[in-house]
Amino acid sequence: MRAGTEQAIPAGGLIPTPSQTVGPYLRIGMEWLGAKDLVAPGSAGAVPLVGAVTDGDGQGVPDAVLELWTPGAWGRSLTGDDGSYSFTVARPEGSSPHMNMFVFARGLVRQVLTRIYFPEVAETVRVDPVLASVPASRRETLIAKWDLAGSLRFDVRLQGSDETVFFAY
Amino acid sequence: MTLIAGHPELRIDPDYDSPEYRSSAKRAPRQPLVLLADSLSDGARPVFGEDLVRPTDADLTLGPLGEAQGQRINVSGRVLDSEGRPVAGQLVELWQANAAGRYRHAVDTHPAPLDPNFTGTGRCLTGPDGAYRFVTIAPGSYPWGNHPNAWRPAHLHFSVFGRLFTERLVTQMYFPGDPLLAFDPIYNSVRSKRDRERMVSSFDWDTTEEGWALGYRFDIVVAGHLATPFEESGGVGR
Repeated sequence: MRAGTEQAIPAGGLIPTPSQTVGPYLRIGMEWLGAKDLVAPGSAGAVPLVGAVTDGDGQGVPDAVLELWTPGAWGRSLTGDDGSYSFTVARPEGSSPHMNMFVFARGLVRQVLTRIYFPEVAETVRVDPVLASVPASRRETLIAKWDLAGSLRFDVRLQGSDETVFFAY
Repeated sequence: MTLIAGHPELRIDPDYDSPEYRSSAKRAPRQPLVLLADSLSDGARPVFGEDLVRPTDADLTLGPLGEAQGQRINVSGRVLDSEGRPVAGQLVELWQANAAGRYRHAVDTHPAPLDPNFTGTGRCLTGPDGAYRFVTIAPGSYPWGNHPNAWRPAHLHFSVFGRLFTERLVTQMYFPGDPLLAFDPIYNSVRSKRDRERMVSSFDWDTTEEGWALGYRFDIVVAGHLATPFEESGGVGR
């Protein structure tokens, strides 16, 4: 949207409240709701999801909040001093299992939306309309990887040559 | 810029790339956004139980040793969708600086006093009519390092949930008549005056309590499934 432009609001509609950054002090407002475990750790099908949020210099973002949104469960985790985060998740249902993730941080005037696909989805890209709509060169940024410890790893790169794909919605 | 199909109303949110707001330089995405083709059908939504919050969580003036210092204010309003329907039973989170302009947070080094009776955090669930209400202290303005002699206008941070993930919103509530609004890069990251003013509360006699507290009203409208502007080049712009 260009500077100074105003979008027409339909008759009877309300002007939405604009977004503002969470700022550097989000922790005092959002940390109380610990919801890192979408499923109980150790339960059947539970896997750790780990990663880091990094900025354009590759530095960890220590003041970010991540929220996972799935049809069955919701979760929230704050990044640590090095930008790392963790959840406990289970593989969602469906032929191309995925979870929506919002990232809020100082420096983001509005949250960004990305999507975490499970590793097995790489072969099913043709049946997933969202993944198929992403330029092939950037698709990998949406697919989590298994690490040697048996965790799923998904890094969020806000900028850089391998910037994570973020969605308009 | 052309519009894709959908409701004619549009995002009124600021551009991620907001150069006047220095912290965005290394954090705002640079690549074009990709339109999420199936957001309309996505069933992701939060469900918060009534036992998530206590009634006292909405009164920030209640400290462990006594009452917080500063000007008491009642802040109330409704959470609505863009068609005016109430968003009921959803979580509203609030955080803010104290009366002196200081946050109870390790990285806030502003040399202003902390108040042992003020954490600056609260939450509540909206009622059946979408209504929320907080009792708190008017926050102070505070300096920040964005540019020389930079001061944030007094504000409350609000985090609200709609019914769907596409309605998720974090914003800031400002106060009417604040002279710092004109100079604030974060407030002005919203380029339209009409839209910026949606973030400014109004003074409210109905919730002003005689001999006790001033009232401010702040309705929050969460946008649902909105069309997204596309740049002529085919990329998605904001």
